Amino acid sequence: MPVIEIENLRKTYSMDGGLSVEALCGVSLCFESGEFAAIMGASGSGKSTLLNILGCLDPPTAGRYLLNDDNVAALEGERLAALRNENIGFVFQSFNLLSRTSALENTELPLMYNHSGLGMTEIRRRALAALDRVGLAERADHHPNQLSGGQQQRVALARALVNEPSVLLADEPTGNLDSRTTLDIMALLQQLNDQGMLIVMVTHEQEIGAYTRRILEMRDGLIIRDSPVENRRHARAEASGESTTRLNATES
Amino acid sequence: MNFLMLLLVCFRALRRNAMRSLLTALGVVIGVAAVITTLGIGHGARSQIEEQVNRLGQNVILVFPGSQSLGGVSAGGGTVNTLTVEDALAIRDEIPEITAASPEVRSQRQVAYGNRNWFTRIYGQSADYLHIRQWPMEAGRMFSEEDVARATKVAVVGQTLVEELFEGANPVGETIRVQGMPLEIIGVLDRKGMSLMGSVQDDIVLIPYSTAFRYVSGRTHAMVINIQVLSDEYMDIARAKISDLLRERHRLRPEQPDDFTIQTQEEVARTATETSRTMTILLGSIAGISLFVGGIGIMNIMLVSVTERTREIGIRVAVGARTRDILGQFLLEALLLSCLGGLLGILLGFGVSTLIAHHAGWAVSVSVGAVFSSFVFSAAVGIFFGYYPARKAARLNPIEALRYE
Repeated sequence: MPVIEIENLRKTYSMDGGLSVEALCGVSLCFESGEFAAIMGASGSGKSTLLNILGCLDPPTAGRYLLNDDNVAALEGERLAALRNENIGFVFQSFNLLSRTSALENTELPLMYNHSGLGMTEIRRRALAALDRVGLAERADHHPNQLSGGQQQRVALARALVNEPSVLLADEPTGNLDSRTTLDIMALLQQLNDQGMLIVMVTHEQEIGAYTRRILEMRDGLIIRDSPVENRRHARAEASGESTTRLNATES
Repeated sequence: MNFLMLLLVCFRALRRNAMRSLLTALGVVIGVAAVITTLGIGHGARSQIEEQVNRLGQNVILVFPGSQSLGGVSAGGGTVNTLTVEDALAIRDEIPEITAASPEVRSQRQVAYGNRNWFTRIYGQSADYLHIRQWPMEAGRMFSEEDVARATKVAVVGQTLVEELFEGANPVGETIRVQGMPLEIIGVLDRKGMSLMGSVQDDIVLIPYSTAFRYVSGRTHAMVINIQVLSDEYMDIARAKISDLLRERHRLRPEQPDDFTIQTQEEVARTATETSRTMTILLGSIAGISLFVGGIGIMNIMLVSVTERTREIGIRVAVGARTRDILGQFLLEALLLSCLGGLLGILLGFGVSTLIAHHAGWAVSVSVGAVFSSFVFSAAVGIFFGYYPARKAARLNPIEALRYE
């Protein structure tokens, strides 16, 4: 059963002066649990719009969007907020952590908006568990300005995972990171995906797309290519390989 | 999101900008403190006035000289010398409802004892003045009718004089000098405290009015006649009779206005209470305005805060905050700020009131009602001025908010 199913999705932005821009001109897609997809394309191709609609931040102008069989297009603001909270995890290029707030409190944020009304002890426990999952448990009380870019993105990942969403949406998650940290984050995403998490990622780097399982290429609001990744790259192996090479380099 | 969680979210947000939060609340702090203090002073002033009016004596009527009118222009009360010692004696002797009358003449003079001196008020009064004022003696005796008749150089002094000239020792039998004239102290007055006008009533030297007229003031007319009426029920009739008697003695034709003013104790009290009430309202409105301005300060900062925290709002929406969670958060933040300001303001107001009470010697009493109402008012200010920024925050487009730089 697909987690996400969209059919003939359209999005039109009306501009000042009666002009309207078609950002999506009828996109149909299906994502199942355990998939790792990269949406690629030049800027203006509609990939960010698609991600925002998938994330229930932006309503589609027309078309059908089923998330876990809920018809998102027909839902009201309150239910959309609940969907975002429970079913969707967001990771952004600029991390988007609350400044002057510890990693733990940043991670707690989605739990605080959770409708099941968790107690503070439970919230703290789950947030710590999520931080542990991204390997940052020992830095729980660090503020974003005390963390490196990669660590900040890990906190953002912990925050996205803390409510056990059914899909992780990542918008250029490695865009602000150096190549070494990019490998770390991609390794982490691959690991999460291996555990069954559906990940949909927007990127414009071919290289990054090679770590996913499926590449969707967009142009002018349409999907022009949808293909599985052959010769998938493995970030974990490359990272350890790199350090080995570096080690060898220093030895010789 | 339940309320406790919302509260926690707000606390965290305010803590993140602790300094700014405090500065924002400062406007409300000052406003509430001002309200508490002015209400406290007003309340204290009223109770003190009541006390002072009682201390004025019982069933007292005061007669002041009237105003001089030249070609229809009034020169104001007390500009003419219309009241004589004989008027006072006539009032006492001819009106049966009146038990005592004392013509008063005041002068401000330097008083010396040994190598010490003190600038004080010298009051010429009759022998029954202390009876009118219900003013007990601490030591010695009051001068007698005979002292008045013979213009004896004797004096009864207040506590301030005892402290300033005699360092608290009993001065009865000692001689002080006023403009070189010796005055023998025959009695000491009990402590009386502040007057309605705020002067220290213990800073006083009482001498027979005859002595005052002859040796001290150089005047020939009474500045006030202090009168005591037999009992409360005769106040109105006594007043009418005084008026008739004085008009007759001053040979005023029916069409001429009074050349004197009669005030009863109640009238004095009413005037004083009204004055203090007016002052309280005036100061209270200024304080209220400052509280209002404090509220505008909160709105200002909250608006800036909404813009500055656009991204934060975007993040919150992305992780599942509903519109009303955002609205609630910003509204509650404003409310918390104003309530924090209210609490600090109440404490500050208490402090300032106590300080004023201590230093100025005013009776300042902060009422529970004032505390409660100013706190409620500051909370209302928070909600009122917090709503607009909160609504602005809640209406942000999350996609744009997340990209906001």
